[in-house]
Amino acid sequence: MKRYRNLSIRQKQVVWAWGFLALPILFYVVIRFYPTFNAIVLSFQSWNLLGPREWVGLENYVKLWHDPVFWKVFRNTFVYLILGTPISLVLSFVIAYQLDKTRLLHGTLRALYFLPFLTSTVAMAWVWRWFYQPVPIGLFNNFLASLGFAQVNFLNSTSNALPSILIPAIWAGLGFQIIIFMAGLRAIPTSYYEAARIDGVSGWTILWEITLPLLKPTIVFLVVFSSIGFLRIFDQVFNMTTNNPGGPLDSTKPLVLMIYQTAFSSFDMGYAAAQTVVLFAILLTVSLVQLRILREKP
Amino acid sequence: MTAFKSFAFAAATSLAALVAASPASAVEIEYWQYIFDARIKAMDVLIENFQKANPDITVKQSTFPYADYRTKVAAAIPAGEGPDVVQLFYGWLNDYVEADLIQPLPAANFPADKIEAEFFPMVRAMKIDGNYMALPTAVRSLALFYNKRMFAEAGIEAPPANLDELVDMAAKMTTKDGAGNITAEGLTSGMTAQDHHWWREVLLRQFGGTPYSEDSKTVTYNTEAGVKALQFYADLEAKHGVTKSTFMDEPQAAFKAGRAGMHIDGSFRIGALKDTRGLDWGVAELPAGPDGTKSNYASYWVNAITSKAEGEKYEASVKFMEYITSDEAMQIWLDTVGELPAKPSAAMTEANLADPVFGPFVAGLGYAQTTVFADESGQRQVLVDAVSRMFLEGQSAADALAAAATAEQAILDGYYKK
Repeated sequence: MKRYRNLSIRQKQVVWAWGFLALPILFYVVIRFYPTFNAIVLSFQSWNLLGPREWVGLENYVKLWHDPVFWKVFRNTFVYLILGTPISLVLSFVIAYQLDKTRLLHGTLRALYFLPFLTSTVAMAWVWRWFYQPVPIGLFNNFLASLGFAQVNFLNSTSNALPSILIPAIWAGLGFQIIIFMAGLRAIPTSYYEAARIDGVSGWTILWEITLPLLKPTIVFLVVFSSIGFLRIFDQVFNMTTNNPGGPLDSTKPLVLMIYQTAFSSFDMGYAAAQTVVLFAILLTVSLVQLRILREKP
Repeated sequence: MTAFKSFAFAAATSLAALVAASPASAVEIEYWQYIFDARIKAMDVLIENFQKANPDITVKQSTFPYADYRTKVAAAIPAGEGPDVVQLFYGWLNDYVEADLIQPLPAANFPADKIEAEFFPMVRAMKIDGNYMALPTAVRSLALFYNKRMFAEAGIEAPPANLDELVDMAAKMTTKDGAGNITAEGLTSGMTAQDHHWWREVLLRQFGGTPYSEDSKTVTYNTEAGVKALQFYADLEAKHGVTKSTFMDEPQAAFKAGRAGMHIDGSFRIGALKDTRGLDWGVAELPAGPDGTKSNYASYWVNAITSKAEGEKYEASVKFMEYITSDEAMQIWLDTVGELPAKPSAAMTEANLADPVFGPFVAGLGYAQTTVFADESGQRQVLVDAVSRMFLEGQSAADALAAAATAEQAILDGYYKK
């Protein structure tokens, strides 16, 4: 106490600042860093949640390397990413761009686009799951059948299932991306557009030379954000395929679902931790690469 | 202030009196199970009866959500906390034994020969090195639910006695629209539901095969009999067209909606069907095989004494175990939860056998088999994938089964090498 009294005002401020900062740091260390570190340690162990943990060295990683399901799941995870991120970004940009110009019912339209983002993923996934069912309960197939077309196997197919699950996932995230894009569009100073119009530049050039370059920070944020989202996709897949999670034949299974099953239905915690470490590495790499590429000055 | 003082004094004395009033020999033991309303209610009744008979013992029941259950048990017992008697799924026994979470039942109170004489034979899966580790109060088996209205419309009088009749009757009840899409199916199917049990322990045995070796460590179904059994199962959809595994999303949903004539499911489904208005349903034993072989699959939850229970708590736990495995407890369980007694003496009573709903399940127990799972969902997935490969990728039954056997053997090897 005496020591504190002898400090200068400046030093006291530092002490207080660190006093407040210590709280989030402590929180992060206990809630984030410690479990992360623990998971990394666990990936070199064998544990079924009940007995003691045993060291097995690299066994979990070797098993992962030789596991055909892992490679399939790995591929699926990137298909979700490679299809999901560009499609959702282009769609949301086009919608935001047009919505920005619209005056009529602007607020209502924006709210309609944003609504799916507010809906619980689980409820949404189940509704879409029922949409996709064969006759007599599936909306889409009933529609097709009433027009005399053959039924489409949306979910019970190794080729259709993944896109079928991706569509609602993209749709659900669209509202958020549109809002961010619109904020980005609004932030571009109108003087640039006025100058361009005085110079008689075409609308296309304005889009390419003014709008998109100035939207770069927004695009960087959305690409990283949506990539991480698609790499971590779980709720939609799990809820739309609960009977046969990630099926049929693992064709829709993302890495997170494989981790979940390994951990909580096979109780193979060490193996699940190894998969988690791989996912962590992928997320880290993808984010860093994207940040670097998209931040480069033109 | 004086008022407060006298109140505090009064409170302290009455508290002391309360403590002194309880008998010195009182033992409190803890019982843990996961949250399942009917079972909690049944256990409350059992505890009340037990405490009446043993006034010096109190049993405290604690329940946890299924998702947390395993972690809680694993964390509590080694720390000397938690349950003295614990409920676990029979398939988890090996894990619990290896982790030293439970101790063998005392041979003096639970002699092996007496258990084997009194309980259904499937309980033998609970014996490790000559000692019984755990015992069930109730068991569950499979039976054939059928829609009486659809039976009447198709002019069928009695449920199928064998597999041929099953296919014939299913065909009579299946309806299709102009484009050939099924609008009502004769029989539900889905390896993801109960069909993997039906295939593994019933169909396979009826076609002359066995699923696993005696010690459950080796897959033995990759044989001619296995191929025949898988072919029969796949033909229901592919050749006879009397079922569709994706019909109405889930088999039980199709049956509940009155869009399926027959449905194979466990006794735990009874409750849900009873609450379904407008559905007129009956229960029959599973159809017999081509040579008349009957089989069934039973699963159960068991109770065991944990390694934490010592001294007088151990004695009390043994008494409690004796009570909850008694005929009386089993009947209470059947009446409250709808799960079947684990002893023929309690299950095969005339009243139970004559019961139109419980009867077929109870009869099935007499010839039921139990699978000793290493990883139930993993082993189920193997069969789900085998059928998927046949339907979606055109694989032959023989190839699909061979791949399934290899995959399942890998699961078993990985589990038992620990």
